[in-house]
Amino acid sequence: MFSGPEIAALFTSMGITHVVSIADSTIGAWHPAIEQSPDLRLVRVCREGEAWAVAAGLYLGGATPLVLIQCTGFFESGDSLRNVLHDWQLPIFSVIGYRSYLNQDTLPGDTCLAFTEPLLDAWRIDYRLITAPSQLDEIRTHYFACRDAGTPGAALIAEGKA
Amino acid sequence: MSDERERMPLHDAMLTLHRARRADDVVITSMGAAREWMALGASSLDLPLVPSSMGMAPAIGLGLALAQPHRRIIVVNGDGAMLMNLGSLVSITAAAPANLTLILEDNSAYEVTGAQPTPGAAAARADATNVDFVAMARACGFRSVYHYRSADTWAREVDEVLAATGPTFVLLDVGTVPGAVGPRSPGPAAARARKLRRELATGAA
Repeated sequence: MFSGPEIAALFTSMGITHVVSIADSTIGAWHPAIEQSPDLRLVRVCREGEAWAVAAGLYLGGATPLVLIQCTGFFESGDSLRNVLHDWQLPIFSVIGYRSYLNQDTLPGDTCLAFTEPLLDAWRIDYRLITAPSQLDEIRTHYFACRDAGTPGAALIAEGKA
Repeated sequence: MSDERERMPLHDAMLTLHRARRADDVVITSMGAAREWMALGASSLDLPLVPSSMGMAPAIGLGLALAQPHRRIIVVNGDGAMLMNLGSLVSITAAAPANLTLILEDNSAYEVTGAQPTPGAAAARADATNVDFVAMARACGFRSVYHYRSADTWAREVDEVLAATGPTFVLLDVGTVPGAVGPRSPGPAAARARKLRRELATGAA
């Protein structure tokens, strides 16, 4: 839906300094542009739970991090995000890939569709569902609203490949 | 590696670090290390991870080290927590912050839940040998790696260890503390986070 340069420009316009990420087939295609941006640093981690904790450390140290992961990794990282977002109340913003939302050709019946949004609600994360290229600016608008409120938030990006 | 290692008392290990840390160092502690550290006295740059998501202390340290590259960041982790997030050894060396020291206090047990052996402890393993954390750290690419069994040697060399170019990995063989309980929160976590962030924003490291 979005190109790497579009995403890198978006994150730069949001004032993001570090993108903490694990690739999926959509997000991974954005990594080169993020790495090439002079204003962004890509921090690769080994599991998504780590991503929230690395972002927490970055935030405490004065940086402006963003977590970029797929919804499957969001499922994996529950206890870490609970600790970071709710115990320590750090307003970390995330961009989460929504696997199989646009089509299920690769994974018919993908249960990501059943669990992603209910779990975002369960973890009390205010998210915006992004399903079309015309919504790019909604991500920025939502980010600034969350930043100004001092709360965590997420953009849930519809993906068409598993 | 057998399980008949010489082990230093946890209190002695932490006291040595407490005396050696600089005023502008950030020290992150978890579980039993947090309990012992808080008992030694507080600094405004301490981050006892209570409450925590077990295993995440090294990752928080990595983030702090990247955000504060001119300040020493010291993480004290336990072996049970380390085993929950071994991938953090790889994430740390991928980013390779020169200012990060990860100290692993290995008592081979989940101490605060009754000292049950971890899956890495000789007592719980089919081959009856402890997993080799030093070899793991070397294989992952830590630039400086140290291992201490004796409290005296650790105390003698701690300044050199903390001055080494990181990322640095330090294994300390420590004993369990009989009857030990988990660390108690020193106050509301959100307020402590805001205070630390302010301190780091205004600090002169």
